[in-house]
Amino acid sequence: MKISIASGKGGTGKTMVTASLATIWRRPLVAVDLDVEEPNLHLFLKPSISDQWAAFMEVPKVDESRCDFCRQCSDLCQFKAISVLNSVVMVFTEMCHGCGGCIAVCPKKAITSDHRMLGEISLGTFQTKGFLMGRLRVGESMSPPLIKKVLEELSCQKIFSDKTDVLIDAPPGVSCPAVSAVIESDVIVLVTEPTPFGLFDLRLAQQAFIPLDKPMGVVINRAGIGNNAIYQFCKKAQLPVLAEIPYQRSIAEAYSKGLVIARNSKKMSNLFFQLTKAIFRLAASELKVQHA
Amino acid sequence: MTKIAISSEGPTLLDQVDPRFGRAAGFIIADPEDMTSTYIDNGASQARAQGAGIQAAETVARHDVSAVLTGYVGPKAFQALSAAGIKVAQDFGNISVKEAIERYNQGNIAWVKLSQTKGPRR
Repeated sequence: MKISIASGKGGTGKTMVTASLATIWRRPLVAVDLDVEEPNLHLFLKPSISDQWAAFMEVPKVDESRCDFCRQCSDLCQFKAISVLNSVVMVFTEMCHGCGGCIAVCPKKAITSDHRMLGEISLGTFQTKGFLMGRLRVGESMSPPLIKKVLEELSCQKIFSDKTDVLIDAPPGVSCPAVSAVIESDVIVLVTEPTPFGLFDLRLAQQAFIPLDKPMGVVINRAGIGNNAIYQFCKKAQLPVLAEIPYQRSIAEAYSKGLVIARNSKKMSNLFFQLTKAIFRLAASELKVQHA
Repeated sequence: MTKIAISSEGPTLLDQVDPRFGRAAGFIIADPEDMTSTYIDNGASQARAQGAGIQAAETVARHDVSAVLTGYVGPKAFQALSAAGIKVAQDFGNISVKEAIERYNQGNIAWVKLSQTKGPRR
């Protein structure tokens, strides 16, 4: 089973929830940090990294001696990563989305493939579980290509069997990076807080992810602050509240020291065991509906 | 005959210079000697999520101009214009296209050098 821990709003506690769930998870698991712009799950899980490598994306390289400046590549490219200006061809490598269209369309075979480094992928272990992380190269503006490369590793790496559960720490927001991270999941857990900001972004996240047609549930962090509007929204939108994490100084203190809060007190560890069960129930209920 | 392109908010010489290059409403392609001009719409560039400046550079390059007068040109569009051999002058805000051409005819134009374009540090 693949579970994504996502949120509209940043800073609601995705990594805190992911680290806690990963730590107390009782089945074979790989924890994946797909918040590649600022990965921080490793600060809590403290994995030992066994392998690290660079990830690349195909970009075009033009041999101008073969080019007759027909503009077919330039007209095809939706991102203006390749441009024909009179008798000059320019490639703006950093704007390329790697579709390969220009290479395919060139009638003179003047375009070959070069590559752009997207970032680094790290593989490791914590406890007896797997750990996978993407880290975007500083200066790289697109994170979805790296997110996809990290997800590909789940099927490439032989150490992860089909029975290994996958827990994804997704990037915040509701645009391409967040959607790329959650799109292959079986269940989406949205972490939010009971404030107007939390509610606004939860609504956006719900709207963005509904078309993916996956079971979704909500974890309310910092429960006790703000107001009840988020509970009313969840009820109306039929989003089950899977857990409420209280607003407590001790939790913030533990987190600031890099501790996993599920390990911080018996009450917290129980809360996350209950959350695990609620996630399994959410996934199972969906299966029943599909099979009925 | 040398032609120049001026980013414009509308189709006539009396319209204001559009301070944006890539996302300008359109371009007036003018002959500065006899003040004849044609207008090209830049709507396709305006609608782009990215690459508007490069698209606009392609558009004006196709009209065989020797210079662009505008408010501001981004670093990628500047690279593209330079590659096409087109000179660029900036800071033509708050005046009409006609006044911009007159200023060009007076010859007191500061052409942009590559080092002056802002862009991400590499």
